[in-house]
Amino acid sequence: MAAPRLPLEGVRILDFTIVWAGPSGTVFLGDLGAELIRVESLQHPDVNTRGQVRIPKAALEGSAGGQFPHGDPGPRPWERSAGFQYSGRNKVSMTLDLERPSGIEIFLRLVQKSDVVFSNYAAGTLEKLKLTYPVLREANPKIIMVYFPGFGLSGPYKYFKGFGSNMEALAGLTALRGYTDMDVTANGAVFQADAAAGAMAAFLTLMALHYRNRTGKGQFIEMSQAETTLHHLSQAWFEYAMNRRVLGPMGNRDLYAAPQGVYQCQGDDNWVAITIENDEMWERFCGVIGRPELAHDPRFSDAVSRYRNQEELDPIIAAWTADQGHYQVMEILQGKGTTAGAVISHREIFDDPHLQARGFFKQLEVPGVGFFPHAGPVYKMSKTPLKEPRRAPTLGEHNEYVYKTILGYSDAEYEELVRDQHIGDTYVELLPKAKTGEVAR
Amino acid sequence: MPFALEGVKVVDLSHHIAGPYCTKLLADYGAEVVKIERPDGGDPARRMSPFFHDDPHPEKSGLFLHLNTNKKSITLNLKTELGKKIIKDLVRDADIVVENFHPRVMPSLGLDYPVLEQINPRLVMTSISNFGHTGPYRDYKMSEIVAYAMGGVMHVTGMPEREPIKLALTVEQIFTGNVAAAATMGAFVGLQVHGIGQQLDLSMMEIQTGNQDRAISSLFSYQYSGESTFKRSRETWRTILPSGVYPTTDGYVQMSGGQASWWERVCRMIDRLDLIGDPHFTAPENFYGNADVKAEVDALMYEWLFQHTKQEVMEKAQEFGYLTGAINTMEDVFNDPHLAARGFFVEVDHPYTGPLKYPGANFKMSETEWKAGRAPLLGEHNREVYCDRLGYSAEELVRMREQGVI
Repeated sequence: MAAPRLPLEGVRILDFTIVWAGPSGTVFLGDLGAELIRVESLQHPDVNTRGQVRIPKAALEGSAGGQFPHGDPGPRPWERSAGFQYSGRNKVSMTLDLERPSGIEIFLRLVQKSDVVFSNYAAGTLEKLKLTYPVLREANPKIIMVYFPGFGLSGPYKYFKGFGSNMEALAGLTALRGYTDMDVTANGAVFQADAAAGAMAAFLTLMALHYRNRTGKGQFIEMSQAETTLHHLSQAWFEYAMNRRVLGPMGNRDLYAAPQGVYQCQGDDNWVAITIENDEMWERFCGVIGRPELAHDPRFSDAVSRYRNQEELDPIIAAWTADQGHYQVMEILQGKGTTAGAVISHREIFDDPHLQARGFFKQLEVPGVGFFPHAGPVYKMSKTPLKEPRRAPTLGEHNEYVYKTILGYSDAEYEELVRDQHIGDTYVELLPKAKTGEVAR
Repeated sequence: MPFALEGVKVVDLSHHIAGPYCTKLLADYGAEVVKIERPDGGDPARRMSPFFHDDPHPEKSGLFLHLNTNKKSITLNLKTELGKKIIKDLVRDADIVVENFHPRVMPSLGLDYPVLEQINPRLVMTSISNFGHTGPYRDYKMSEIVAYAMGGVMHVTGMPEREPIKLALTVEQIFTGNVAAAATMGAFVGLQVHGIGQQLDLSMMEIQTGNQDRAISSLFSYQYSGESTFKRSRETWRTILPSGVYPTTDGYVQMSGGQASWWERVCRMIDRLDLIGDPHFTAPENFYGNADVKAEVDALMYEWLFQHTKQEVMEKAQEFGYLTGAINTMEDVFNDPHLAARGFFVEVDHPYTGPLKYPGANFKMSETEWKAGRAPLLGEHNREVYCDRLGYSAEELVRMREQGVI
């Protein structure tokens, strides 16, 4: 029997994305079976997605070393940087130079053969290249274009640039998180906005595909990553809209249940998160930690008192967790119907028995380095289980396929595009000078 | 303009946060979402803050009102025989079912996918749960913080000398709803094109583990070298470039460092053109993490920052392409000129709160519309669904109420 068809089989998407939000959005769509063509350039190394082209020795000391196997960037670091291994999955890579009219021509030929153009470049980038929706629509009237710069395509911040951390600062998330006894300068950058924007853009793409399947009409979607983050802040939004009250950080406390916190366990930097959701759970918890008398202590016996006095409970809970393993505490408490979870480090998570039982990690190759477990698709489908993901492509790895098979270029034309440095597998700035000179001639 | 999801019928058995955000997205784009609520109090989100004027009334929860826009509400007791029959009748005619019960619940009601598939083979059933429908943690309990803890990212969030710390509010649950909506639409498109109905099994833990926010890059870097590219730290980029949270005269800004070429942007931003290209700052051994040079840069920054408001700092930084965002409170957000200019704020009227500002569409679609409707009152659409659609008489509706069915 033929394998059941993946939902998006036959849909071709041009992945014209950078950093995290864009690439993660297309990863969702690739997991559903869409063909993803990553449009790259030999002239402009995409350092925020693939990593630096040249890594100075000084940069490797400290965190950058972790990006590479055993800290070794190798001669082609952009093919092994940690971040790209995920954001490149299921994608094929082609190269062209969009700063020349010949590159634009290739791009538009590709648009003719595609269903979706998906991009999160900063506002202005696509206009400068003259790759706006009207131009794409002329090449392909049914094209769907999804464009999601940080702050949208209108308004005074249109041309502002940001990583997720900058956008979520503006949207209010940063001021809502953090330790309650420290100021906001203790909030290291997080990038929830990237995750949110990628998922939302994938959703919008699918709606537009559905609409096109139904009516034959393509369309243009512009989305603001900052506004997407704002959708996630319901309680703070409505506390202000309804009561003109400004919420601030709550540390590890919950809005609703108490006590809640993160408590240190045995070992180096091991922690467990615990939430007590109601009176019954509280009573069970007190029994487990060997303090049954606390269940009826008037300071803690009801939800309001517990919430009010939860600071007093922290040292009591921490004293119980201190000499036990974090997984152990989770298992004991969950065994008694109490909400608790180990704060799992990325070192440990590959050995997590639950994720292993669900087959979450897939072995994927990093060319020339080896095979590594890889976070799999985040949804399981009963009838069309997602195919084994394909490893991230090397730069220009699929040029032959894209140019010859999809676009129908002849061998001679292909060779010419190689000479013109549209096609290649190495960034131009790394090529020997003489060769660049020849091309310039 | 038409709605993208016009004619799509959704039976919404979800409650609380993640599931309802998923079906809100579907409803906002024109799907008909019939939300099934328990007769005794309805969706628990109706009992969650914030409340309009702090009145904890089931129709005044801001959380509920946000997560349930544009839906229809009917009450139904799924434990009664009639309740199960009615669900089957609704499913027969539906395209999508969304539920986020514990994995044991739907089978125990006799309403799991194999049963519903018999009734309607052209059905996408989206099941969102804490840990998925299989595996040793299947029956574990979860909260927002436990989801974040077990997903792996929390371990690298916070200060090195302190406990790991969660993000704000219930952002991971809402994010889960967003992912679920994308997966649902993916399966639905597959159903339309290839005719394959199916069930989706979404685990909140896995959605966290595969989260683009630092998780996936950290997962690989741990495998590579036992060292993460991200750690609990104030700074993400270990260069001399301003990176992290900086004070201004009236609040804070979030700045992001990056490549060596950005040094020039810093010089222009603080109007120190004389420092552009100065090897004291740009030589790799200084640029990448020389603590003394970094302290000099910060001193230059503070001098400049303390002459400007956060809004001014952001605008000046952005003028020169330095990635910066003002750290806004919700009050700042409500007064932000950009959001206002983009029409992000929409006014939604509701019988119990009057008109309020809601977050609008975070995008614009050229051909299709977004709906700014309100959330339903508990059981508001009982008559429409039970009488007009399923053909029960007004008397039978009364009998159903007496019997605790609705």
